[in-house]
Amino acid sequence: MNTSNTAPPTVSREESATFDRKTIDYIQRAAASGLYEIRGLGAKRQVPHFDDLLFLGASLSRYPLEGYREKCSSKTVLGTRFAKKPVELEMPITIAGMSFGALSANVKEALGRAATEVGTSTTTGDGGMTREERESSKVLVYQCLPSRYGFNPDDVRRADAIEIVIGQGAKPGGGGMLLGQKINPRVAAMRVLPQGVDQRSAARHPDWTGPDDLVIKILELREITDWKVPIYVKIGATRVFNDVKLAVHAGADVVVVDGMQGGTAATQTTFIENVGIPTLAAVRQAVDALDDLNMKGQVQLIVSGGIRSGADAAKALAMGADAVSIGQGVLFALGCNSESYVQGGQHISAVQDYAALGTAPGFCHHCHTGRCPVGVTTQDAVLETRLEPAVGAKRLRNYLRTMNMELTTIARACGKQNVHHLEREDLVALTVEAAAMAGVPLAGTDWIPGRR
Amino acid sequence: MKAETSDCVVFDIADGSVRALNQFLHDPMGPTRQVVVENPDGAHSIAVGVNAPVEIDIRGHAGYYAAGMNQHATVTIAGNAGPGVAENMMSGRVTVRGFASVSAGASAHGGLLVIEGDAGLRCGISLKGADIVVGGDVGAFSAFMAQAGRMVVCGDAAENLGDSLYEAVLYVRGEVKSLGADAQFEPMTDADRAAVAGLLQAAGFSHDPASFRRVASAKQLYHWNADAKQEY
Repeated sequence: MNTSNTAPPTVSREESATFDRKTIDYIQRAAASGLYEIRGLGAKRQVPHFDDLLFLGASLSRYPLEGYREKCSSKTVLGTRFAKKPVELEMPITIAGMSFGALSANVKEALGRAATEVGTSTTTGDGGMTREERESSKVLVYQCLPSRYGFNPDDVRRADAIEIVIGQGAKPGGGGMLLGQKINPRVAAMRVLPQGVDQRSAARHPDWTGPDDLVIKILELREITDWKVPIYVKIGATRVFNDVKLAVHAGADVVVVDGMQGGTAATQTTFIENVGIPTLAAVRQAVDALDDLNMKGQVQLIVSGGIRSGADAAKALAMGADAVSIGQGVLFALGCNSESYVQGGQHISAVQDYAALGTAPGFCHHCHTGRCPVGVTTQDAVLETRLEPAVGAKRLRNYLRTMNMELTTIARACGKQNVHHLEREDLVALTVEAAAMAGVPLAGTDWIPGRR
Repeated sequence: MKAETSDCVVFDIADGSVRALNQFLHDPMGPTRQVVVENPDGAHSIAVGVNAPVEIDIRGHAGYYAAGMNQHATVTIAGNAGPGVAENMMSGRVTVRGFASVSAGASAHGGLLVIEGDAGLRCGISLKGADIVVGGDVGAFSAFMAQAGRMVVCGDAAENLGDSLYEAVLYVRGEVKSLGADAQFEPMTDADRAAVAGLLQAAGFSHDPASFRRVASAKQLYHWNADAKQEY
């Protein structure tokens, strides 16, 4: 009879912090394929974020608004600097640029319908403007990207604002890659490329280089649009203080700053996780830049990258942003990573389709494959029908309304009649890191690390 | 400043009134068939976003983005053109009598761009279907990532011609300093010679089409894979 007086040793099962299972998996995958991983969505690593901030509600020293009675405005105007027709919105929560190609035409239509219903804007993406999104969107921002896929003067004139994309938070300094499996005939035709070919998007614009050229490029777009619509400049968050100043000098009406938690349809994992700075740090630097130039109130700031809730929006506004933009939140509202999709009112399980991609609901980031189990990030004729535009529009409308109600709830609690009256003084930080990045005191102290 | 005859309007933009010129070109122009731009003096964004079959004569040098996003207009620049001449042109014709700076015809979808002198770096970058004929030489990285359309170079091409080319086709008469990643020389067919002959005639050049070489994509970068040369 084999017996032992000692328990089995557990130290032999100690996982390395340096070479943990995730790292071993990464190395073995690289060894097997010879290629870096490309995936969708944003950074998964934990970084200081809006969760690390708290509001100081009203009490004796501040007077709250009656939450269920008194009005709190969330009206937002963007592009007041030079445009004859600034963008006027009912809420400071906008929908970020996501390409037709990454998303199906059904999804683009759903975004437009929801945005129009709640009075906010939606944005095109790499690949041009679709008829569906123009018709369904009351306010549509048209992106001018390095690839210029589908970019044309008719759509420039149809747009309510132009957004020159310098970079995005998921990949500041990087171009794009739409893998061939997502290129159906319509996407291919809009981009003037053969079907099924991997589409590389350039990292730099083809016809200008650097901030001095950007001044002239913006003037060209203003001339083409007869100075009617606002020109936004979108940057991926890196050297935010200097980049925002340069964008303002270049003549932007609105600067969009996208932090590293911002999403992508397909980018190298190493890029997503290792390049760029957190949204929290980016907002602070962007607001400092506008203050430094005395342009607060003249040039509007939109912040994106990991905005999920009305509380996140409220914190961004309190730090000095004029609006936020959401991308991944939109996808999740539509059903991304849900266990099921809806067809004719019935919930149908998508779990097996996630399994076929080697993943499961809650973990999926396979946007780049075009095999989205719930029909959001796909061009497949069968899969795209899994997202019915009416269902998607309703979900997104509900999500946007919820966010805006949360935002006004917090604003009222802080005694504000207008969400834009939220201020940095309303915030404290939970961690030393967040206090330093956001420039607000650590809760219960008057200490802002790095400042006197 | 504006002066009119029956169907010709003359703008003297020495006072910097590009805005008035462009607004005039964007509004319904009635019987106007010709617009003359005097004293351009390198101003930027001259005649951008035009969407009308009008003839525009720019009598001097133009700055950045002359005839940008052109649709239907026939634009002639009597001097040199700055960066991005005819960028994103959709249709019509733009002729530069002198030299063109960087990014001439960038991302142009249609129409014909003729540069009678030399063109700078990245001529025809991200080309999306337009035709470009250059009477002289082109700079480095010309036709970078060009997707569709044709480019005829009567002189020489500098380094990395046709880098990361997609479906656009290039024809070069002179020396090619080097080809870019995934670009290759291919034999000229009768169809190529006919295409070159047609473009040369349209541009007003009389070279022998048989003296041109064809450059097109080797298509090795079309699909992302570990065995492709890591040139990107």
